[in-house]
Amino acid sequence: MKRFDPAALPGFAWIAVGALVLLWAPIVTMVVYSFNASQSVALWGGFSLEWYAAAAGNAAVQGAALRSVVIALCAAVIASAVATMAALGTTRRGHFRGRQAIYVVINQPLMVPEIVTAVALLIVFAAVKVATGYTGLGYLVLAHSAFCVPFAYLPIRARLEGMDRSLETAAADLYATPWRAFRHVTLPILAPGIAAGAMLAFVISLDDVIITEFVKSAGQDTLPTYMLGQLRRAVTPEVNAISTALLALTVALLTAFFVLTRRSDTKP
Amino acid sequence: MTGRAAPPTAERSEARTGWLLSTPALLLLAVGATGPLLVIVVYAFLEKGSYSGVQWAFTTEAWFQVLFERDIFDDTVSLADAHLTIFWRSVKLSLATTALAFALGLPTAWYIAMRPPERRAVWLFLVTIPFWTNLLIRTFAIMEVIRNGGLLNSALLGLGVIESPIQILYTDAAVLIGMVYVYLPLMVLPLYAAIERFDMRLLEAAHDLYASRWQALRRVVLPVIRPGIVAGGILVFVPSLGAYVTPRLLGGGKNMMIGNFIELQFGQGRNWPLGAALSLILLAIVLSALIALTRLTQRETGA
Repeated sequence: MKRFDPAALPGFAWIAVGALVLLWAPIVTMVVYSFNASQSVALWGGFSLEWYAAAAGNAAVQGAALRSVVIALCAAVIASAVATMAALGTTRRGHFRGRQAIYVVINQPLMVPEIVTAVALLIVFAAVKVATGYTGLGYLVLAHSAFCVPFAYLPIRARLEGMDRSLETAAADLYATPWRAFRHVTLPILAPGIAAGAMLAFVISLDDVIITEFVKSAGQDTLPTYMLGQLRRAVTPEVNAISTALLALTVALLTAFFVLTRRSDTKP
Repeated sequence: MTGRAAPPTAERSEARTGWLLSTPALLLLAVGATGPLLVIVVYAFLEKGSYSGVQWAFTTEAWFQVLFERDIFDDTVSLADAHLTIFWRSVKLSLATTALAFALGLPTAWYIAMRPPERRAVWLFLVTIPFWTNLLIRTFAIMEVIRNGGLLNSALLGLGVIESPIQILYTDAAVLIGMVYVYLPLMVLPLYAAIERFDMRLLEAAHDLYASRWQALRRVVLPVIRPGIVAGGILVFVPSLGAYVTPRLLGGGKNMMIGNFIELQFGQGRNWPLGAALSLILLAIVLSALIALTRLTQRETGA
């Protein structure tokens, strides 16, 4: 009778390598061509940074980049703040009525297709814009903060669940007030989780296309919506350069995220 | 504190603190996500405005328009073929994406799980980076590969496999390739998490008990990794069905999916109630898929 050897299934190695090539080949090509001196997006004309210079010198790109970062920062701060409170409220507590309902609402942005949320926000914000006359960045910050909440909540909650409650009990036994116990015991241990949550929220906000496209007022392009607009017309190597820069930022943030979560995992 | 049986008052205060601490998050989501979803329900039953927006009058016209169209001249009613085509294309492409991603993802996840731990970390990192890379950037990257003068066609031309470039971009195939490419990590990661948990000694035990390969696979491996399969299936199927960016860039104007069709109603179509009704239908399909799949795992693990 033939045995089922889990480590040596025929062809699995080839498919795995193939999948990795599929995942990386387009990205690598894009990065390489962002350094292409030629105007063409297909022919190689030597190494050059001209498209980076062109992108950096483009006022529309500068504005969009600044807007992207401001919105992502606001969303990361707001989302991780409310997510931290919610995580403290819903973990390590006895089961209470409605906890399941809180979970559902917090994770709702993960379940509803983004296009549906985008359309819903368009309808509501269009009415609010007419009623109040306010057309600032507030709508984008609000929308981004909301859909970032579950991304901030999950790592914070994971960190809290892995936390030893006896430390806080010890603090309480030593006459620490609940606030002091939180400030000096819980918060420092929780900090890597909050930082990780904030970082995920930042990346998610920075990447968003659909909701931003529907909510933004005229002249409020972020980098992704600016690129979407460019891609609809003609593709220039400038888009390659912007993409590569964004990619580099994402990789840097994610590496930091992995370091943060990994270090907290190895802690006793 | 936790060890003792909490008296009812303590339990009530726990609940109160729990709710109080969750309030800011709930308020933010109510204003920025959940509340507006309820507004869509209202809009789906209103009359369409003459320019855009709505008129505040109750009608089920939008729901009628989802499936039927009225002739402008003689008011005859016929099935809206274009709408049905879009629905069918969306479901078909999403199912195909999920199946293809599974066919590629399972061997990949399995292979990664069988590597020594330090190699595994590298593989996982290599799968995770594309996953976190901006969806628009990845769509753009794959677009560059499959377009007429792109990498794929140049390579095939160079190898002499084809004589003239094949038109992939702006076809359903392009949307399919793009979605598989974009959502593949979402299949690999949960599958990996499930396979990694699997204790391979169980397989040896099964064989010692005279299980055939097929029996071992079906009775021992499958039940353990089923949650991973379901999670991967949901994570690929749900965003595929609601996909907007990928079909828009790779499918061009003709090969719309539901997401693009919804957008059209709020743009050139100027039919907000129809757009709202379509959004609700999409939401209903997604939620029923989620519920069905969750039930499936619960029943299997409960048995």
